[in-house]
Amino acid sequence: MKKYFNRDPASNTLQYEMARIIVLTFFASLIVLGLVIDSVFAVNKNGDTLYQNHCSACHGERGSGGVGIPLALKSFQDKVSNDYLFKTIRFGRPGRVMPAFDQLSDTQINAIVKTIRKFSTSKAIKYSNKTIVGNIKLGKILFKNNCASCHGPNGSGGKGTGVTFSRPRNSAIVAPALTNIGFLKSASDQLIKQTTLFGRKGTPMPAFSKKLKINEIDALIAYIRSFEKYKGTIKKVGSKTAQDAIIKVKSNYSLKETVKNIKRAVQGANFKLIRVQYLNQGIVKKGTENKKQVIIYFCNFLQLNTALAIDPRVGLFLPCRLTVVEQANKVYIIGINPLRLSSLFNNEELDNVCAEMRKTYLSIIEEANL
Amino acid sequence: MSLIESKYLIRSLTFLLISLLSQSIFAEKIIMVRSKLAFPEAMTALQISILKHGYQISRVQRVDIGLTKSNFKTDKYRVVFFGKQKELEVISKVTPSMVAYLPLKMAIFAEGEQTLLVTVHPDQFADMFPNPKLKKYFKRWQQDIRSIFATVVNSQ
Repeated sequence: MKKYFNRDPASNTLQYEMARIIVLTFFASLIVLGLVIDSVFAVNKNGDTLYQNHCSACHGERGSGGVGIPLALKSFQDKVSNDYLFKTIRFGRPGRVMPAFDQLSDTQINAIVKTIRKFSTSKAIKYSNKTIVGNIKLGKILFKNNCASCHGPNGSGGKGTGVTFSRPRNSAIVAPALTNIGFLKSASDQLIKQTTLFGRKGTPMPAFSKKLKINEIDALIAYIRSFEKYKGTIKKVGSKTAQDAIIKVKSNYSLKETVKNIKRAVQGANFKLIRVQYLNQGIVKKGTENKKQVIIYFCNFLQLNTALAIDPRVGLFLPCRLTVVEQANKVYIIGINPLRLSSLFNNEELDNVCAEMRKTYLSIIEEANL
Repeated sequence: MSLIESKYLIRSLTFLLISLLSQSIFAEKIIMVRSKLAFPEAMTALQISILKHGYQISRVQRVDIGLTKSNFKTDKYRVVFFGKQKELEVISKVTPSMVAYLPLKMAIFAEGEQTLLVTVHPDQFADMFPNPKLKKYFKRWQQDIRSIFATVVNSQ
């Protein structure tokens, strides 16, 4: 080392400084290189992986649709911009099944958008952000006459989701909720105009280019855009998580009597009694079940069918049940709180059904405990 | 290197590490996967995988049968209940209220030629029942559910 370091103290300091800069530059380069490699390779790879992890269960592995809309549909790919896809992923559709992916970075969402684009050879269209000015009053009349039959009288969209229960397999989509703040934040005026003019081939959405004049279409867009001021800002998903996880009531009767009372109350509330079993039945050896934990399963198939059409994932609530347990010589009736589970689904329509379900549970418990 | 420069270096490396890790950190509420298998095959693969992970299947609720009997049109739809004896015993003692959510369940339903599987993310139970003694169960359930679903998804 001697030959590299001069005996002159001033020179030594200079050489030390240079060595320090070289070491720092080396480490800094490593960090930058790591980030570049990560962004180049991981993003490309992650687009597909992220899509598989977050989107494919609903939209299909290659965007064929199902619970979610068919992203591979050519007429969809032709008319939506990358900006629309990005914002749809970011904001979701509050109150509908599509969640907001606020946990994903912009880079990750862009990677997913790239993957979605691979489902079609269509080139991504770009729209200007120019606001369309139109006669809102005229738009309201035109909406009622031309759009309300599918999108609902107030633009709140078609009912339900998913091909399994809510629509036949040959129907690609349920008419979207145009009032949804996630839609309004994602779709530019120009995108809505193009969709209105040319429709979506392969879906029930027709082209209005020959039926309506341009000023009428502008009026429609202005009316649809006016929904924004009524819907306010995007609500944070899962606002009902403050709900208790369970409904728990102390029974005035013995365990045996409580079970008998619940069975009677369930049938009185127009539910079909499905099964009564011990909590650990089927899990422990026959004859060794804990007889102080009894589950009563029941169902109303009309309500069930309605709930499944709203969201096919509600199997997680199924079937309806109350559990009767004896602890320290006291008997309790315990049920899930449907409103708490509903908060997992991002579905306003389902929230309403679950609010009713909660009332039903409470009324059955009350009846059984009289 | 001076102390200040070392600090900057450590901060940069920490930032890099956090950036890489953050890709896998997100709050899921529901775990849902799609299997290319048709419903009967997916159902078989699911049940085998549940058993292989050390759980017992308590019962299978045939939702579609009930709906069909009531004259509703439906595709195949089942709910599979499963659990472990020891876990049920411990949880019943530690947090008796949680029995309302037990045994664990998964919904499995057909969507055309493919099958969807869905369950509540066990982290949600941690929010509902914040008892430190239960944490280890929620963590293991999450690992097991992901592994069970992965087995079904990867089954040929």
